[in-house]
Amino acid sequence: MPGLEDLYREIILDHYRNPRNRGELDAPPAARVEGFNPLCGDEVVVYLLVGGDGRVADIRISGQGCSISQSSASMMSASVKGKTVDEARALIRAFKGMMSIHEQRLDGSEDDAADAAAQSEVKMGDLEALQGVVKFPVRIKCATLSWNTLAQALDEATAPNA
Amino acid sequence: MALDVARIKKDFPILDVEVHGGKRLVYLDSASSSQKPRAVLDAMDRYYETTHANIHRGVYSIAEEATRLYEESKTKVARFIGAPSARGVVYTKNVTEAINLIVYSWGRANLREGDAVLLTEMEHHANLVPWLILKEERGIELRFLPMADDFSLDLTDLDRLVDGVKFVSVTAMSNVLGTLTPVRRLAEAAHAAGALIAVDAAQYVPHISTDVVDLDCDFLGFTGHKMLGPTGIGVLWARDELLEEMPAFLGGGEMIRDVRLDGWTPNEIPWKFEAGTPPIAEAVGLSAAIDYLSALDLEAVREHEVSLTAYAMRSLTERYGDDITFYGPSEPSMRGGVLSIGFKGIHPHDISQVLDEEGVCVRAGHHCAKPLMRKLGVSATARASFYVYNDEADVDALADGLESTARLFG
Repeated sequence: MPGLEDLYREIILDHYRNPRNRGELDAPPAARVEGFNPLCGDEVVVYLLVGGDGRVADIRISGQGCSISQSSASMMSASVKGKTVDEARALIRAFKGMMSIHEQRLDGSEDDAADAAAQSEVKMGDLEALQGVVKFPVRIKCATLSWNTLAQALDEATAPNA
Repeated sequence: MALDVARIKKDFPILDVEVHGGKRLVYLDSASSSQKPRAVLDAMDRYYETTHANIHRGVYSIAEEATRLYEESKTKVARFIGAPSARGVVYTKNVTEAINLIVYSWGRANLREGDAVLLTEMEHHANLVPWLILKEERGIELRFLPMADDFSLDLTDLDRLVDGVKFVSVTAMSNVLGTLTPVRRLAEAAHAAGALIAVDAAQYVPHISTDVVDLDCDFLGFTGHKMLGPTGIGVLWARDELLEEMPAFLGGGEMIRDVRLDGWTPNEIPWKFEAGTPPIAEAVGLSAAIDYLSALDLEAVREHEVSLTAYAMRSLTERYGDDITFYGPSEPSMRGGVLSIGFKGIHPHDISQVLDEEGVCVRAGHHCAKPLMRKLGVSATARASFYVYNDEADVDALADGLESTARLFG
């Protein structure tokens, strides 16, 4: 039986208490995308600015939610800043793979092997602290909320007319 | 007479379950779904083991006995809510389906563009979304009685809001706030305006002695699984003459008198509204649940819940002072045993997760009442709710669990 210490790691609580990149950016030029968790009413807003060099120049997070959704959003923001759009997308893929293969399938993406490959190529760093969430299936949606929202923001920021 | 909760607990097998390595199960989520006493489980097992056959069809003995048990359950339901006869008792899947039946049958037959329906801001999505669907389809107008600052229903503008409406549909008790609404007063206002009134009594019938004649309502919906019965069976009670006039809802077997290739004629009420094989074993379980509740006496049940709610509000306030917020009326006698709380700004998901570790089950979320949550200015609350098998030790376990939550997140 998984215990609370699997879920609420110290680093997660740190990001919850001291969220990184909290705030807003002017949109436009930044992409602004809202994400909702219909189960619990949590919401996250991702502001994403992609520079001319194709890298994440800035990212800000607002919204409200539980410790898992808030810390996941905070860690997400810290880990994608400065990354290229492709690197950020690979990180999303790896993170969601770590959360649950099934979640990936529901999203219509590809096979398990590709997920495993994505995971092994990407350095997860602190994000691995969120691995314990998998043992609490109800909370997986909390952890992935900001990542799904980031994926949409990346699409918007790189759309031809953006 | 006070409830003997220690004895009642023994009637519920699930309360012997241990979770998280030997923790006692402290079940405080009965507003979501209640647990089932042995008597209900046994009645359903016995039915399947000795009696099961489809009803209203077979001429053989077990089919006749199954039919008798099914119809007997309707008589018990009718008696339980003070209905004049079982003819007004329609079984549905749950209260959500009961309200959908009203909207799709009565609503579609009687409401046109511009017709107004009065609801409240406290409604569960079950008594809101079907009306929103009809609004999109027909262009009806929806009006809402607001929530007052003290979490009661604000009747200041009742006269203006009810004027000209064709239908009123209200909760008898908010599943978030515990607020009891003045159903009789609302029924009086509805009828004076020439409107009908439906009551969502999902949180009311299981806890408070109910009499549809006394409430003076036209429709009343509730559900078996919140009143010690099984899932999969809900009740729509309506006045006979309304059911007679209303068109059928779902079509199929059982709800017809005759079918030709070019048409059909409906069955008598209430069967006109029961297409297909109904929840027979569930009706048997509901009968047993009603017997169990009746033996406890609903007056004693209500008294127990008021006193337990008062204890919970008192002891949590003594222990946590301003760190705890109650979303609901402060006077226990004005509310049901549903306690929505905010605690130290900690997210209800996190509260619920930590409480679970202690074996304490509470509900965290928007409780299917998102417009109300927006009005309260929160995205979620943690909700503890009480029933016949809860006692002060359960409340103490909740209070202790909150301390663990504060240690982790405070």
